[in-house]
Amino acid sequence: MVAKTLYDKLFDSHVVHEENGTALIYIDRHLVHEVTSPQAFEGLRLANRKVWRVNSILAVPDHNVPTTNRSTGVAGIADPISRLQVQTLDENCAEHGVTEFKMNDLRQGIVHVIGPEQGATLPGMTVVCGDSHTSTHGAFGALAHGIGTSEVEHVMATQCLVQKKSKTLQVLVDGQLGNGVTAKDIALAIIGKIGTAGGNGCAIEFAGSAIRALSMEGRMTLCNMAIEAGARAGIVAVDDTTINYVKGRPFSPKTEQWDAAVAYWKTLHSDEGAKFDTVVTLNAEDIQPQVTWGTSPEMVVGVDGKVPSLDLAKNEVQRSDWERAYAYMGLTPNTPIDEINIDKVFIGSCTNSRIEDLRAAAAVAKGKYIAPNVKLALVVPGSGLVKAQAELEGLDKIFTDAGFEWREPGCSMCLAMNADRLEPGERCASTSNRNFEGRQGHGGRTHLVSPEMAAAAAVAGHFVDVRTF
Amino acid sequence: MQAFKQLNGLVAPLDRANVDTDAIIPKQFLKSIKRAGFGPNVFDEWRYLDHGEPGMDNSKRPLNPDFVLNQARYQGASVLLTRENFGCGSSREHAPWALEDFGFKVVIASSFADIFFNNCFKNGMLPIVLSAEIVESLFQEVEKEIGYQLCVNLAAQTVTTPSGSKYSFEVDSVRKHNLLNGLDDIGLTMQHQDKINAFELKHQQTQPWLFN
Repeated sequence: MVAKTLYDKLFDSHVVHEENGTALIYIDRHLVHEVTSPQAFEGLRLANRKVWRVNSILAVPDHNVPTTNRSTGVAGIADPISRLQVQTLDENCAEHGVTEFKMNDLRQGIVHVIGPEQGATLPGMTVVCGDSHTSTHGAFGALAHGIGTSEVEHVMATQCLVQKKSKTLQVLVDGQLGNGVTAKDIALAIIGKIGTAGGNGCAIEFAGSAIRALSMEGRMTLCNMAIEAGARAGIVAVDDTTINYVKGRPFSPKTEQWDAAVAYWKTLHSDEGAKFDTVVTLNAEDIQPQVTWGTSPEMVVGVDGKVPSLDLAKNEVQRSDWERAYAYMGLTPNTPIDEINIDKVFIGSCTNSRIEDLRAAAAVAKGKYIAPNVKLALVVPGSGLVKAQAELEGLDKIFTDAGFEWREPGCSMCLAMNADRLEPGERCASTSNRNFEGRQGHGGRTHLVSPEMAAAAAVAGHFVDVRTF
Repeated sequence: MQAFKQLNGLVAPLDRANVDTDAIIPKQFLKSIKRAGFGPNVFDEWRYLDHGEPGMDNSKRPLNPDFVLNQARYQGASVLLTRENFGCGSSREHAPWALEDFGFKVVIASSFADIFFNNCFKNGMLPIVLSAEIVESLFQEVEKEIGYQLCVNLAAQTVTTPSGSKYSFEVDSVRKHNLLNGLDDIGLTMQHQDKINAFELKHQQTQPWLFN
């Protein structure tokens, strides 16, 4: 038998039909949020089509929701256009009988946090969502990727997606991560190495001893950022860590199905000798805490590094990219990273808002206080359940005692569709995933870091090496 | 979906690599629940000098004279020429919707991000990959000649310059067929309804937990 990669196993086991190298693949789980679904529901309505399998869908409003007081419900969303979008999701879900965790449901949260938390993301599944960070769910040995709104409509109507097989890229990270070095740093180090287009056309499988040692939260952070390396899907093979995480969650297999499910899940790894189109290796010991300096996640260096100078650019196109990035970010080449002062801090997003992230940030912030130049330090839990757990552990108190604001769950300042944003020129240490121009607010300057590094920067007022903090 | 067969179009050069979909259509415009009307806000942060919000009268906003799409010579452009990894980042289909609404039918680059590339085909737009060398030479030609047009022929899979140079491009045969004929993906997939039903039944028998 031919040795197969995990990607091939997942893809092949979902092929409904194949013609001229293009396949129809069956979709097991469809996650839906308010921003990319209204036009899809409208399309179904106009064509008089029904949802193929309603119980495959789990919907939640996350991008537009306020992170402050929600006591007045959806009607209390200040921006009328945001409010209409959330109301439209509620109406569409009610009309089609789709399960939705509404804004004030305790289970509400960022779609990529709640799927795994509920056991709605399971090993072996195909998972889609009209959101590029759907790659997150690959942490469970699932084939998961973002799709456009036309495809959202297509999956709703047919339970299938038209797909060509991707190439496979194996990223091998062996060795032991140093103290204060996290999954976020692995992700940024990979992107720094292969670039934001390095994974275009590929599904990335993350493997090696450093990946095996990661918790599920860490694996989710890593797969979440696969898209920032250009890969629609990131995958990690199933092991005991995966199975232990999944057990006992609301949508997980019931007792009588459990053993059969586990037996199948244990086959979800690349076979010995499976061939990847490309292999990239990193040594975990070499990875430093990472800080992005520019306007693309690939513009990244270790915390002990400097903003690179133009002579390091690999070609003319990159030179002009970097020149634009210096100007936008208000930085000069050769500035040491730890001399860059910040104005705001954002701890949250589908990359880093899970309980483990909050614990790590709280451990750094405990007993300290944010620097006087830090105008706002936000902690936005990934879900209502993460928030409740954190409060049970007293993390909210640690953060508020340290001068951080403790908010309600949602996407928040990762993309600033709600009221949480940077003002022009403001500089932010952010645990989110994109440092694009304007991403966190018009003219805002984003530096991507891990939760530990963000908390340390909040206290110091500038970037600082969390290992010696 | 509107069919795409052939186009003789004015070319606008956007000389940047890694243009992300946040730049193509900023997040504040994603609050719309409609598919149309994004054109006036395509590249909003680069195109206008002020900060745009939904509901503004865009005709009264100050234009950034340095931004290429604001230059008189590129008005009416339907072919966007750009650099590598165009459309990276967010999966928002609002990006191709905005480009299409503005008037672009073709985007030429040396590479595209996967989701954006795929989304184009769902909206009657043709993304074309040409080598970095050809893209560079097209940039030089556009710069030199006001009114520079390219002839794009999907059936023949060629891009022809005013001087007659002809470049071939690759396109997946299924996508090409659908685009040439303006076929709706959902309608095509529904022709395989029996196969989907059969797969689903078997899938449910072997992995019943997926259907809880």
